[in-house]
Amino acid sequence: MPPPRPYTLIAELSYQCPLHCPYCSNPVDIGGERYRHELETEHWTRAFHEARRLGVLQLALTGGEPMLRKDLDELVAAGRDAGLYSTLVTAGTRFTRERAEQLKAAGLDHVQVSIQSPDPEENDRIGGVRSFEKKIAAARAARELGFPLTINCVLHRQNLDRIEEILALAEELDAQRLELANTQYYGWAVLNQDALLPTRAQLERGEAAVQRFRERVGPRITVLWVLPDLYEDLPKPCMGGWAQSAIVVTPNGEALPCQAAATIPGLTFPNLREHSLEWIWNEADAFNRFRGTDWMQEPCRSCPLGRQEEDFGGCRCQALRLTGDAAATDPVCRFSPHHAKVVEARESGRSDDFTYRTMRRPSRRPRTAGV
Amino acid sequence: MNRPRLVDGARLQYDEVREEHLLLVPEGAVRLNATAAAVLELCDGERSADDIAAALSERYAGADVSADVAELLGGMRDRGLVIDAAA
Repeated sequence: MPPPRPYTLIAELSYQCPLHCPYCSNPVDIGGERYRHELETEHWTRAFHEARRLGVLQLALTGGEPMLRKDLDELVAAGRDAGLYSTLVTAGTRFTRERAEQLKAAGLDHVQVSIQSPDPEENDRIGGVRSFEKKIAAARAARELGFPLTINCVLHRQNLDRIEEILALAEELDAQRLELANTQYYGWAVLNQDALLPTRAQLERGEAAVQRFRERVGPRITVLWVLPDLYEDLPKPCMGGWAQSAIVVTPNGEALPCQAAATIPGLTFPNLREHSLEWIWNEADAFNRFRGTDWMQEPCRSCPLGRQEEDFGGCRCQALRLTGDAAATDPVCRFSPHHAKVVEARESGRSDDFTYRTMRRPSRRPRTAGV
Repeated sequence: MNRPRLVDGARLQYDEVREEHLLLVPEGAVRLNATAAAVLELCDGERSADDIAAALSERYAGADVSADVAELLGGMRDRGLVIDAAA
């Protein structure tokens, strides 16, 4: 059976970022040699056209901070030229009115601005840098120019109790969408799990607030509410299933079926510099390894709920992290023999201290002249 | 609906790969049949629902499509995809 057609290309243009969010899902080794050599404009342009021919409709320009790419306007224009619907996923600090106008002219379709908290001081503490006012200005500039606006706020123990304020802010900013994604534990978020994991009571209050908001506001504002799956007992169809609908490309050109896939040992990720996206999607081992259901082990293989094609066995990276085997059933699943580890993780220690995202290596020697 | 228009950022596109009409929206795509695509193409914030029905009726040899147009626009409005430019 040929693979399904992909819908989304997640283009991580650069891992450079003015923010230092401790929940960032980028790899912890973003400062390393592996990601240093970013793709050239023409690599991305070619990839956008190849993506459209494969069936991709949605282009997410993300990072890090995509506004730090000097050729962003050119890349936006290339996405439009290829027939893709483009979303800029930005921290907002550089999305001034002037840049917004330029990106509009280049053909950008949609702007997604992150906030870390609706409270300015808390926002700046979580992001590790003063940024709140610029984010609000960015959101307003987007709406003034008629961009549809998504506000995203990654939720965790230290901001979840402000959910009413987040909802009110999104409404005040005239957002069409609000993404309230509870932190998923990949990349930097794993290092900060103790400081981020919410309590069940917080989640229940949050969900109730979202429900009340939806009833009051109706279809004018779409609120996406993503539960942290550590509190679930059936797994999520991670990325809609491995290599089922999305392709992630890292700043240096590696193509992955999900943002965290690089944590899985034994997978070699094809690079856009060397392969066409069509070959990558159809032929590359990294994409075929966990595609569909043939790779599954027990208990997935004989799932008592017949959910194989509903959740695709859950998340491969989480299975690896909690069981040591990337081909195991995601231990979020109550049928996994390792489910107790997920239950245990909910009770993990509590500390509010963050390990901030940085591109500097923790043990880096002091810089010396001439080096 | 007095003067329907697509919500900010919604874009009609024919997908040559899947051979179908789509309404592209932030991080999503709504599949459209040919009639729905024809109706939405006419939602320019100037024409009324009646104008749209009349224009389509002409295209379809005088058939009365006003009920179909109203139903489609109602459904699109309920999903937040079409809004009233007059409101």
